[in-house]
Amino acid sequence: MKQRRLLNFVKLAVLSALTAVFMAGCSPDEYMVLHPAGPVARTEYDLIVLSTILVAIVIIPVMAILAYIVYRYRDVPGNKAPYMPEWADSKVLEIIWWGIPIVIILLLAVPTAKTTFALTKPPVQDVKPVTIQVTSLNWKWLFTYPDQKVATVNYVEIPAGVPVQFVLTSDSPMNSFWIPQLGGQEYTMPGMAMRLWLQADKPGEYFGSGASFTGEGFAHMQFKVIAKPQSEFNAWVTQAKQTSPGLTKDGYEKLKQPSVLSNTLTYSSYPQGLFEEIVDKNGGEYMNHDFMGNEQKDQSGNMNHDMQNHQMSDSMSH
Amino acid sequence: MSSIKDFASHFFVTGDPLIYGADVSIVLVSLAIVFVLTYYKKWGWLWREWLTTVDHKKIGIMYMIAALLMLFRGGVDALLMRMQLAWPNVHFLKSEHYNEIFTTHGTIMILFMAMPLIFAMMNIAVPLQIGARDVAYPYLNAISFWLFFFGAMLLNLSFVIGGSPNSGWTAYPPLSGLEFNPGPGENFYLLSLSISGIGSLATGINFLVTILKMRAPGMKLMYMPLFTWSVLATCIIIIIAFPVLTVALALLFIDRLAGAHFFTMAAGGNPMMYINLFWIWGHPEVYIVVLPAFGIFSEVVATFSKKTAFGYKSMVASMMLISVISYFTWLHHFFTMGAGADVNTFFAISTMMIGIPTGVKIFNWMFTMYRGRIRLTLPMLWTISFIPCFAIGGATGVMLAVAPADYQYHNSYFLIAHFHQVLIGGVVFGMIAGMYYWWPKMFGFKLDERLGRWAFWFWQIGFYVCFMPQYALGFMGMTRRIYTYPDGLGWGPLNFVSTVGAFLMGVGFIFQVWQIVYSIKYGERDLTGDPWDGRTLEWSIPSPAPHYNFAVIPHVKGPDAWWTMKQEMKKEAAVKVDPAEIKPIHMPKNSGRPFIMSVFFFIAGFGLTFNWIWMGVFGLAGVAICLLLRSFEYDTDYYIPVDEVKRTEAALGRL
Ligand code: HEM
Ligand SMILES: [Cu+2]
Ligand SMILES: [Cu+2]
Repeated sequence: MKQRRLLNFVKLAVLSALTAVFMAGCSPDEYMVLHPAGPVARTEYDLIVLSTILVAIVIIPVMAILAYIVYRYRDVPGNKAPYMPEWADSKVLEIIWWGIPIVIILLLAVPTAKTTFALTKPPVQDVKPVTIQVTSLNWKWLFTYPDQKVATVNYVEIPAGVPVQFVLTSDSPMNSFWIPQLGGQEYTMPGMAMRLWLQADKPGEYFGSGASFTGEGFAHMQFKVIAKPQSEFNAWVTQAKQTSPGLTKDGYEKLKQPSVLSNTLTYSSYPQGLFEEIVDKNGGEYMNHDFMGNEQKDQSGNMNHDMQNHQMSDSMSH
Repeated sequence: MSSIKDFASHFFVTGDPLIYGADVSIVLVSLAIVFVLTYYKKWGWLWREWLTTVDHKKIGIMYMIAALLMLFRGGVDALLMRMQLAWPNVHFLKSEHYNEIFTTHGTIMILFMAMPLIFAMMNIAVPLQIGARDVAYPYLNAISFWLFFFGAMLLNLSFVIGGSPNSGWTAYPPLSGLEFNPGPGENFYLLSLSISGIGSLATGINFLVTILKMRAPGMKLMYMPLFTWSVLATCIIIIIAFPVLTVALALLFIDRLAGAHFFTMAAGGNPMMYINLFWIWGHPEVYIVVLPAFGIFSEVVATFSKKTAFGYKSMVASMMLISVISYFTWLHHFFTMGAGADVNTFFAISTMMIGIPTGVKIFNWMFTMYRGRIRLTLPMLWTISFIPCFAIGGATGVMLAVAPADYQYHNSYFLIAHFHQVLIGGVVFGMIAGMYYWWPKMFGFKLDERLGRWAFWFWQIGFYVCFMPQYALGFMGMTRRIYTYPDGLGWGPLNFVSTVGAFLMGVGFIFQVWQIVYSIKYGERDLTGDPWDGRTLEWSIPSPAPHYNFAVIPHVKGPDAWWTMKQEMKKEAAVKVDPAEIKPIHMPKNSGRPFIMSVFFFIAGFGLTFNWIWMGVFGLAGVAICLLLRSFEYDTDYYIPVDEVKRTEAALGRL
């Protein structure tokens, strides 16, 4: 008996400590995923909330029923609850609990499908998007801006309120490009150029990181995303062009060497076609890439390069 | 001289106090083992009774011991990682070392802890539950065990020799390819998994045949205990899934050894093909390890609620359904790898569908307890605690299946929390429940309840303290596999709590070790063979089971065979064997060859790891010779005479 009381006490203490920590750590901006700052992240957040509610509808009653059953039917002398050792099946009950999860899953499947398709398109249609090419290196992020012709390392500037089409590749093992407050991640893969739409509502600084392991310096692949009003973004471009050095072929080869950078870099220019060259040299030549982000022609439609796209072009080219 | 020095400095991993510690402890433990065996003159005993055994019960015990040791190794890895992450900017492990540790932790936990632990339970219980005297292929069973064992040894050796693999237990190329990962580490991974994988495939075939062919007369499929059903479902998955893994690993090994490009974009290869193959095995794999746990829970719940399992047919159907659907979900592991919306939608929905049969099972377990009489023994405590744990883990699994939401969870700590919740709350809790449940059958005594309860509470509290904060960390943007993180992101406090939880689980494990040691001396002896008032056939024979299991093979007339027999016997009192029915018993002979052959596999694996072709060839030749010798061996079995059986049964008080 004493032992049990001690255990209960320990349980209580741990639970309250835990609650305290959660409350303390609950300053809003730390929970990035739960504080979306753009339409893509918001759509994803809505689904997170919806799915949480739907699963809670099932598991909360389950726990309550479990607690009740274990208490009511425990084997103690004098327990008057009915005991029916042979009662082992009931069509009605089983139909109910095959049915409930089916309904829940249907309720979840429909919005899932809708959103999955919606996210392949730019989040807003009436603003002209910008394209930014992203290359993951060992262990840094290179951003090239095909329209502005500037480049940055370990930070990226975007205009606020404008859909941004990131085109992703890697000149190192594959990584994953993730800016939680703007939206979910996508892999950067050598030899492939994949697309991801993100957008920031308003100016601000957002946290970004590499999410897929790439070796020794991986933990340091975090970067800042700076969203500015379009005019300030343009001013930033002009300034970068005037005050920064250019990135040369040699410069790129040096940048590419495995190392961790503790600072950020800005370049007024970069070799033309650098991104395409990176994709091709890593095996992109074996795939059909008519979309590396330079052409604005097919913005709305089927931007996401898909599996089929990989495989077919793989087996068909050459 | 200098060339030897140079070689040695590459061969032996040096420069880290943890590794020197491991070196010292390996040498000390080996010396201690050699000393004890010599001092007590146990070499012959070890060889005759254990290394050459083909008895499924002993093989099961060896699996269990090896798996618990690996749980310890994987657990120490986990604690090291949690220490490193306890607060921002810790300088305890270097990046390289952390990477090796999370890789070996994951690999060991899944393949050298969870897998052997389910094989342990299968070996210990399945033949007894179906009224058989052994598995269908006892000799193959021994081979399976020793291949697992030497595969595990090979991977563990990498810690001190050559260097551990460091690209995650998933070993995605190109990171795991030659270009970014020279050195023997990845080879250790590929070869140890290949060697033990052969054993796993053989076990799958072995138990499938055992269950289909060796059941006692009268035991129809729909009379089989639910644990046996779960093993049947598992075997089907193993047989289909493991060859896929073997192919994936072999192709990657060819990439590394011979410079091919199956999985790099150069020359038209494609890493996504590896990722597809890996998860076509990898997702079913999680059901391979969790289905037997479901089976154990079903047995435990029925036994300790004194009630027939509720919804038997649904239980069987749901397991079979899971074994099929699990093949249509693999792509959910890379929703963010650029698949089209149509593909992602398909895999999102097929993944959610797995939640349906699983949900059904949870309700059935609860309604097995409903209107029963629930005894809160240790196996039952673990089972009851599994239900909320797995319900939450399953719920977060459904959340992960929502593809667009997974863009946010993928590679984050939310994912880490989810899969630990189902793997620990499902597989580990299940195997611990099974261990407590069958322990008296294995060893003839019960494990101490009081120490077991302490262990239970430390594990439970530790679990939630460790993993609940990790869901929150996922929402805070913390990604997996980072060895350190900067200040100012607010990740510190929750990580600290998580580390405390990990250590609480460690304390729970220590309590269990203490419990086992204590119970060997003081544990309650089981003289009846049926300490829990069980329902299935393993409880109808003495504990520990005699070498031949059943003196007389029982006739089965319905489900819950032993329970029914007990009801009938109530009138006649104790369990007795009719001497007139005893016949000579046909048994397989022990053999040293499975052990020796596996040593050759080990030699081959070690040689190929270092690209020493001569050694690889030597080892494989040894394997071939062992196989050849076996095919010329005719004298592989014998009969236990009736007198001896009678003597044994009389000594057990059964005549
Ligand atoms: C007993 C307590 C355990 C603790 C405290 C623990 C802790 C951890 C930690 C800290 C990581 C690394 C995450 C990262 O690097 O971001 C990890 C990864 C992992 N754990 Fe555990 N773990 C435990 C038990 C288990 C069990 C029982 C299993 C499987 C049956 C398991 C399977 C894995 C896997 C597959 C990974 C991924 C490794 C990788 O990223 O390649 N763990 N665990
Ligand atoms: Cu791709
Ligand atoms: Cu999966």
